[in-house]
Amino acid sequence: MENKDANAFTLHSNVYSMIEIKDLHKSYQMGSNSLHVLKGIDFNVAEGELVAIMGSSGSGKSTLLNILGMLDELDSGEYTLDNVAIRNLNETKAAKYRNKFLGFVFQSFNLITYKSALENVALPLYYQKKNRKVRQKQAMEYLGKVGLTDWAAHLPSELSGGQKQRVAIARALAAEPKVLLADEPTGALDSTTSYEVMDIIQGINDEGKTILVVTHEEDIAHMCKRIVHLKDGVIVEDKKIEQVRASNYV
Amino acid sequence: MFNKDRWSEIFQAIGKNKLRTVLSGFTVALGILIFTVLLGMGNGLHNSFLTSFVDDAQNIIFVRTGETSKAYKGFQEGRRLQLKSEDLAFIEDNNIGKVEYMTPRVYRGTLAKYKKESGNYTIRAVNADHQYLEKTIMMKGRYLNEDDVAERSKNIVIGRLVEKDLFKNEDALGKYLNMDGMAYKIIGVFQDSGGDNEERYIYMSFTTVQLLFGNNDHLDQINLSYNLAMSTEDAIAFADKIERDFKQKFNVAPDDQSAVRVRSFAEDIKETMIILGGINLVIFIVGIGTLISGVIGIGNIMTFAVKERTKELGIRKALGASPRSIVSMILQEAMLITVVAGYLGLLVGIVLLRAIGNNLEDFFILNPYVDTGIIIFATVTLILAGLLAGYVPARRAARIKPIIALRDE
Repeated sequence: MENKDANAFTLHSNVYSMIEIKDLHKSYQMGSNSLHVLKGIDFNVAEGELVAIMGSSGSGKSTLLNILGMLDELDSGEYTLDNVAIRNLNETKAAKYRNKFLGFVFQSFNLITYKSALENVALPLYYQKKNRKVRQKQAMEYLGKVGLTDWAAHLPSELSGGQKQRVAIARALAAEPKVLLADEPTGALDSTTSYEVMDIIQGINDEGKTILVVTHEEDIAHMCKRIVHLKDGVIVEDKKIEQVRASNYV
Repeated sequence: MFNKDRWSEIFQAIGKNKLRTVLSGFTVALGILIFTVLLGMGNGLHNSFLTSFVDDAQNIIFVRTGETSKAYKGFQEGRRLQLKSEDLAFIEDNNIGKVEYMTPRVYRGTLAKYKKESGNYTIRAVNADHQYLEKTIMMKGRYLNEDDVAERSKNIVIGRLVEKDLFKNEDALGKYLNMDGMAYKIIGVFQDSGGDNEERYIYMSFTTVQLLFGNNDHLDQINLSYNLAMSTEDAIAFADKIERDFKQKFNVAPDDQSAVRVRSFAEDIKETMIILGGINLVIFIVGIGTLISGVIGIGNIMTFAVKERTKELGIRKALGASPRSIVSMILQEAMLITVVAGYLGLLVGIVLLRAIGNNLEDFFILNPYVDTGIIIFATVTLILAGLLAGYVPARRAARIKPIIALRDE
């Protein structure tokens, strides 16, 4: 175990930064009061890392993830993603970058209810303007990766929570993003199903994908390789850890 | 626009919300249906008014005289004016090239007898032009001609119903009709689209009546038609000139309303057309109003649909949908519903108008129809309406922030 992790560290330290954040600030206007949510975050993620972002509610962890996902704008600071400076994005450009760089996994799955599992997975490819055949093939491949080939034609309402999240992961991967952002991916799942989902996430990470997971569950965080603790808008702790393999529990 | 993938996305969204689609389509279909039917009815009304002028030539002018109502140039009021044969030439000579046909009319009541049958009829004493002015259709024989006028012949032309009344099943042509003790030869039988009364007249040369019923050259009325090349305004001016000429000739005050009466259909037609234009305008406004309410209906439902689909649209944006693709998706959905539903409404409207046909003739609606221009107008309106109906909700959809749309409840 220890050997493997040490190997992983040396391997990763040679890889260039996928995400670079410098002195990031973000406030929200709440009526007449200004709520300072992120108070100067400095944070780098190398390619292939699996990072857990932890913190109690109100610590700013979801805001950080939203900014990383270009779903929200930063007030000041710098954000570089895969060597591309992310700033002053208009909606169209943000959409393009999201599609190209990022895959999202949400706590509540956010599948489109009237589309089958396969159609949901194929949707980001539609926005990449790939043709129908390629979309079908690629979507099927990623559904296979999360073990849901047989469920391709089913609607989300016919799937269990774990299956839905696996479809969502397949959808996030289908566009072949640089980074996978997961916001409480196991928040709506029981522990057994949570470990199944984490097993898949670890598998993807093993293949080299950079992944950020926002969670408030200690056991989930320990299945990552690095834990970043946020408290009151600042990073209070940033440590590399020994990864717990989810497969031990499944 | 013609991207197959995008259309299949739209069809999927529509198929998912059948009730909503049907409801919003229905408002537009109903709007177009009412629009089409109203406009068709307007055209039917137009047709009906046009045919009401068909009995007589449309370019006809009547000249009558009566008693003066004002003293003028030393003449007292209450003086009776009489048209005479020479007045035909007076009109002709003062208006060279403007008169198409002209006939005098002298009326006489008569008791007509044939064998044991008899009846009271009116003689209209005229000249050969009268046939064209009245649009008389000959069933058999011939109409009066210039020889009859010149020779003061005792030839008569009788209406279809006179023949039916007096001759029963016999053929009246060539027979002699006894009127006030004198025998007249029937040289023709006519019919007229003006109704039963028109077909109970007996026509005779005006010169004959003048000779036999009073030995004078009096006329009761002069009918003439103007050259069809003249505009409505020219025709009204022509009628005014005839009136002025006669007033001058008879020494009548220019503002005397009863002494010389010249009436032309030109003015009637003009007035009717103005009224019809007004009715059509009202119909058009009502139709457009219905159309607009349909469009507002669809805009309303699309706005609701966008609200309902906020989360889905947020997901799409998170997955890389540009604002543009969201706008065009909503716009195309609105347009598709509007155009398809609108065309259904248009089709039903046209079929309905066909079915009405001449069934509403009693209500002055004759053969209602919509022409190609209207259909093209409706098509363009529909596409624009769809764009309009979809635009506001589409803009709203494009502004949806995925972060807000995706926030967990």
